[in-house]
Amino acid sequence: MKVLVPVKRVVDYNVKVRVKADGTGVETANVKMSMNPFDEIALEEAVRLKEAGKATEIIAVSCGVQASQETLRTALAIGADRAVLVQTDAELQPLAVAKLLCAVAKKENPTIVLMGKQAIDDDCNQTGQMFAALMGWAQGTFASKVIVDGDKVSVTREIDGGLETVSLKLPAAITVDLRLNEPRYVTLPNIMKAKKKPLEVLAPDALGVDITPRIATLKVEEPPKRKAGVKVPDAKTLVEKLKNEAKVIQ
Amino acid sequence: MPDYTAPIRDMTFVIDELVGMDSISRLPGCEETTSDLVTQILEECGRFSSEVLAPLNQPGDREGSSFDNGKVTTPAGFKEAYLQFIQGGWNALQFPAEFGGQGLPRIVSTPVTEMCKSANMSFALCPLLTGGAIEALLLRGAEEIKRMFLPKMVEGAWTGTMNLTEPQAGSDLALIKTRAVPATDPEFGSHYRLFGQKIFITYGEHDLAENIIHLVLARTPEAPEGVKGISLFIVPKFIVNKDGSLGKRNDVQCASIEHKMGIHASPTAVMLFGEKDGAVGYLVGEENRGLEYMFIMMNAARFAVGLEGVAISERAYQRALAYAKERIQSRDVAGSDKSVPIIRHPDVRRMLMSMKAHTEAMRALQYVVAASMDIARLHPDRDERRRHQAFVDFMIPVVKGWNTETGIEMASIGIQVHGGMGFIEETGAAQYLRDARIATIYEGTTGIQANDLVGRKLAREGGVTAKVVIGTIRAVETELAQAGNSALTAIGESLGRGTSALAECAEWITGNYKADIRAVHAGAVPFLKLTGIVCGGWQMARAALVARKKLDAIRKGGDGDAAFYEAKIGTALFYADHVLSQAGGLRDVVVRGARGVMALAEEQF
Repeated sequence: MKVLVPVKRVVDYNVKVRVKADGTGVETANVKMSMNPFDEIALEEAVRLKEAGKATEIIAVSCGVQASQETLRTALAIGADRAVLVQTDAELQPLAVAKLLCAVAKKENPTIVLMGKQAIDDDCNQTGQMFAALMGWAQGTFASKVIVDGDKVSVTREIDGGLETVSLKLPAAITVDLRLNEPRYVTLPNIMKAKKKPLEVLAPDALGVDITPRIATLKVEEPPKRKAGVKVPDAKTLVEKLKNEAKVIQ
Repeated sequence: MPDYTAPIRDMTFVIDELVGMDSISRLPGCEETTSDLVTQILEECGRFSSEVLAPLNQPGDREGSSFDNGKVTTPAGFKEAYLQFIQGGWNALQFPAEFGGQGLPRIVSTPVTEMCKSANMSFALCPLLTGGAIEALLLRGAEEIKRMFLPKMVEGAWTGTMNLTEPQAGSDLALIKTRAVPATDPEFGSHYRLFGQKIFITYGEHDLAENIIHLVLARTPEAPEGVKGISLFIVPKFIVNKDGSLGKRNDVQCASIEHKMGIHASPTAVMLFGEKDGAVGYLVGEENRGLEYMFIMMNAARFAVGLEGVAISERAYQRALAYAKERIQSRDVAGSDKSVPIIRHPDVRRMLMSMKAHTEAMRALQYVVAASMDIARLHPDRDERRRHQAFVDFMIPVVKGWNTETGIEMASIGIQVHGGMGFIEETGAAQYLRDARIATIYEGTTGIQANDLVGRKLAREGGVTAKVVIGTIRAVETELAQAGNSALTAIGESLGRGTSALAECAEWITGNYKADIRAVHAGAVPFLKLTGIVCGGWQMARAALVARKKLDAIRKGGDGDAAFYEAKIGTALFYADHVLSQAGGLRDVVVRGARGVMALAEEQF
């Protein structure tokens, strides 16, 4: 059973994100980048499936600039067997990524595609769903538990108000949530081995995918600065303020 | 933000742009150690250090290791962290592949070790000692001994110790009394029985690993007096059976652990050998050559302790910087509506710059020496190896002495930045100073390093290596003068004055060593400091030159982080003005100061 894990290169979660001076986007030059943490959880799950003898091969895929190779090398060090980079400098929106992943999936024929529920840079939470729809596959989103059993996979989903367990027919697409697992630390021997694992680079054109953005970004700006708070003398004043000033209760 | 973030940007700057990773990748056996691989290793180790080791630093200090009836328990979390550390393969990084290591060069192991030490100095001492024991066995161990111990030690499943000090034998190891008697028990093969007491044994007993391999200095029955009669033995806590399994408990016990000023989590043990029928020990190399073997390893051990100075400065700087950015107190001296973060106050800024500049200078010097250690070991050309070994030998006492002394100073400034809160243990700033304090003492005090520098490394060879170093610095000065940039010119002038002071002192020392050895030794530590300051300035000046070139390229449309390079030049300028400027004063101390040092007769004290 092959497992395909898409991984995205994003601004590191420790970095304080800044908007570019011209308001066209977020500053990424000379900023520490790393693997989207949700994708890391997806990859960890894939490695665990392989260690449990359920998966036979793990392929990490990334779509983006050449430097995404670094992210793929990390994926190889975590435990992917080989990697594919669909390389482009163009802006990629979720639909384009979903289409690129479809093209790769059709080449590779994975049984499961495991990815993060969203990327921490744009927080779109769309690629997994779009991918499943384009493939005509079952989808299990926001997974906090994944059990593969024969030609089915049971996915426990984190939904508003609780957990929902669905059984999907394979092949299927699964997007993962934070509580699925705790990713391991990369070991030194695996970093050394990763250097020798294959990393294939493809062009979007070669996959026959049109990646032209469908949405135009008009302007990006910083969220408004928080105003200083005030101390209220008692609960009564607080309730009053919440009712009349903040208007959050009635 | 995490408590400690590995300074990967500065580390890779030094490795790639100051040392030049290609000079290492060209060495036989290092072909695969490319710049991108090194960066990935640093990223992953940085993550492990800040997420696993750093959070245990302060709780480890509070709890400390504890002793009960011969058993030592490390603070909560240490055992799990150690297991993760060895499972991650970090212990094996620099050791030969033959015994399960990755065989990576020192230019990689040095930043990796710096991170572990910054994150948790007490924790990092355990692998430091194991590493020292491994080096000794690699150098002089018989094949059988290597096969028996090394794979487990390289993995980290067994840890190592160095048993040198005895109550009456500290800096002077000639006074060692521990005895080793040849024994014939067929069960243990060719072996000795050891009897004696050792003190100050770092990680001499603990609960992190299933076996502890002690390297012990002792005297055989017919051994000559003094340093020429000391042999080196390997004494395992549990005897290792022929099949590699653990056998009987050896006759070596931990009698107690010390209550110390710092490194509380690192157990410092009193070890008793042979309280019953003698501890089974195996000879390493030949009889009576133990001290000689220890000296071969001494470079590596002193280098490693010097790195503690860099590591603790970095950690103290990060802590102080975070506090200076968030602590709001007083208005800007040049006027402001409200109170401002204290980082805006010039004196606080000066303290932060001092910490930053010293840390970067020490790191650059340390890594440059690391690279020379790699070249001295691996370069195909004999002259090249010899040239780099001479540089390493000269720099080791400087890296050990100056980096650790500066480490204390920087940790102290770190407290000062915090004001009253720095004196309160809760902030963590005080721990860095307490932990840093040992580094100028163990593996040879600063005084011992300075004596080594002026005696063995300078006077004995007539100042040949010192002249080579000074010549190399002069070439950098010329480059700075020719750059046509006001900051670089200023750095060059300051470096020039520092180098002249160094040259003058080196000449004075070589000229007076025989005639007035007391006078030379009276100024040895100031000379060591002077050498450190000038060599640190040399590296900062090189860094400024690199940064200038890079900025010119960026201006012409090249890629790169302009803010980083601008900061590098600013930091080098600060170093030139505030640190290199001390060189002249130190010269006066070295060449004139002895008359005051020896002015009083002993009875007048």
